[in-house]
Amino acid sequence: MTRTFLGMPATAPRGVGNLRGEESFPAAARRALGDAQLRRNLRHATTTIRAKSGAVIGELPDWEQLRAAGSAIKADVMARLPELLEQLESAVIAAGGTVHWAADAVEANRIVTDLVRAAGAERVMKVKSMATQEIGLNEALEAAGIEPVETDLAELIVQLGRDRPSHILVPAIHRNRAEIREIFLREMPGVDPALTDEPAALAAAARRHLRETFLSTRVAVSGANFAVAETGTLAVVESEGNGRMCLTLPETLITVMGVEKIIPSWADLEVFLQLLPRASTGERMNPYTSMWTGVTPGDGPQQVHLVLLDNGRSAVLADAVGRQALHCIRCSACLNVCPVYERTGGHAYGSVYPGPIGAVLSPQLTGVPDNASLPYASSLCGACYDACPVKINIPELLVHLRGQAPHPATEAAAMGAAAYTMDHPRLYAAAQRAAGLARLAGRALLPPLNGWTASRDLPAAPPQTFRQWWAER
Amino acid sequence: MRIALFVTCLADTLFPEAAKATVRLLERLGHEVVFPADQTCCGQMHVNTGYPDDALRLVRRHVRVFAPYDVVVAPSGSCVGSVRHQHAMVARRAGDERLASRAEEVASRTCELSELLVDVLGVTDVGAYFPHRVTYHPTCHSLRMIRVGDKPLRLLREVRGLELVELPQAEQCCGFGGTFAVKNADTSTAMLADKMRNVLATRAEVCTAGDSSCLMHIGGGLSRLRAGVRTVHLAEILASTEGAETAGERDRLEVGS
Repeated sequence: MTRTFLGMPATAPRGVGNLRGEESFPAAARRALGDAQLRRNLRHATTTIRAKSGAVIGELPDWEQLRAAGSAIKADVMARLPELLEQLESAVIAAGGTVHWAADAVEANRIVTDLVRAAGAERVMKVKSMATQEIGLNEALEAAGIEPVETDLAELIVQLGRDRPSHILVPAIHRNRAEIREIFLREMPGVDPALTDEPAALAAAARRHLRETFLSTRVAVSGANFAVAETGTLAVVESEGNGRMCLTLPETLITVMGVEKIIPSWADLEVFLQLLPRASTGERMNPYTSMWTGVTPGDGPQQVHLVLLDNGRSAVLADAVGRQALHCIRCSACLNVCPVYERTGGHAYGSVYPGPIGAVLSPQLTGVPDNASLPYASSLCGACYDACPVKINIPELLVHLRGQAPHPATEAAAMGAAAYTMDHPRLYAAAQRAAGLARLAGRALLPPLNGWTASRDLPAAPPQTFRQWWAER
Repeated sequence: MRIALFVTCLADTLFPEAAKATVRLLERLGHEVVFPADQTCCGQMHVNTGYPDDALRLVRRHVRVFAPYDVVVAPSGSCVGSVRHQHAMVARRAGDERLASRAEEVASRTCELSELLVDVLGVTDVGAYFPHRVTYHPTCHSLRMIRVGDKPLRLLREVRGLELVELPQAEQCCGFGGTFAVKNADTSTAMLADKMRNVLATRAEVCTAGDSSCLMHIGGGLSRLRAGVRTVHLAEILASTEGAETAGERDRLEVGS
């Protein structure tokens, strides 16, 4: 493929995929905050995962060294991404696989749809994958008359409920078991009407439903957690075994992977396979780790495709500060510790990537103006940075992206005036005294500052400022 | 020791008691405090709201004003965090490498109050007396940005008469976040509600912290609830002595509309 880029690489196109919300974060958050059930579900789930993850991380004496190693490997990958991708391509082809390059969501959806049609299939089963949600693959397949079936339990709940995922790892975190029972009773063909909301009963119902799919579907679509450049090996990390069914049973396996998921060597997996389960689900070792290298004659899928997805990633890579967002291994630790996410849930972020990492990744993939409120969806408390297993400095990134966001004209004028005043100590002292007088004149604040006094009292101006006191002493 | 006070714009304008207490405390411990009058604001509000270009002149001013001093102290973990983690970045972003390295020098000599007392002056018992039930909120920037660790708690434990009670879920953000409290007022308020619930659960009379900004937020919420819990800056507790307990005497919170 030859393509000449003039200027900056393109961001993810509009009108396709799920990277843009329909409303700003504050508007969507307001609605979420009013849902008491949602807040209870989120608080319970994030508190549980935090405790579990914290305990198993505490067992490792070399956790900080592992984080540093993970961060260094990812920085190395970003520094030589083009050569590693070509190395991966050669290795996959040598092992009997086929590699496709997709510049954006539109191209990736077309490639996958064409491959499914060429296989003569009308239904595909899916391994849980963020990349295919990002590009809106399910919607594209449905438009082409192909039925996608999600096989991850939580994704199935979301799909059956005609809902949207609200967490990277636990897509149905916003649902409790009573709500899940309702969805199954309403949407699952042939479900036992006496189904209870016991977790084991719900899992068994999903199992019966999915077994039929596993045995009768000839094409599967997956994402990938890692791709090893030196061997051409792809890896999927999951905890149910449903992914492994999809990866081993069909004739054709199509994997859609963001280009940043690549790691140089097999040995690098040892770092990430220690980091990921402890940071994400709080497990010491991941339950089902599936790896495949091209085609093995007579064993597993005989048609193996890899779709390498850009969709704005080259634009992220071009930003020397912003590119660390591409280090993300989708563990969700930042969501689970985020006080904002815990209260608003994932839907408020609009994009399939919610929480702190979503607030720095989505605006970069789409261009900041298309997700301008997301970099502000944080109090900059820094819990995400401490929790990140590959040490992405999310607060630094949020501030960096705020600098690129379009600003309201009145705010920009006020900030410029404030900076000017504060750069002139006499004006500044006069403004301090004026602020004291204004406080005496009236207590009502104009928008947007009335957002403060809706729930908080303001401190009264003191009789004298510190510098007045100092001057008089 | 000669110590330059970086008062912070918030303490200067709205919470002078915290700044005065810092002066009294350090002078009581036998040190000379100077106040460089040309200081104004570190520029954090501009940086964090997305105006690094406007912040540049404030960074330049801050560096120029504080460059002559060997030790600089601020009664704020957040403003010290901005000096340490943002000033050089703002300068580099503007292509001013010389300012960036001067900013790094100033940052290396700038301490938050508990750091100055424990690490530089080597004191945990400052001779304070504060006979109240107190809980401590470790503000996010003190805790995770400049990592003061347990220094404030070590100082509080030595205060005579003070009963220190642990704050549940202390490490969670109070929801202030500068302009976050205005731009995302609903989410900020939800976070504040949980923080206040935890403060009230301690049955403390006083909630303290190393940042006036977070205390303004928590105190503003508690005042609206008529909760009867005062917010008092760490410096004011440490400056209080027997017979001269001044901290938070004046209830300055008023009803907003």
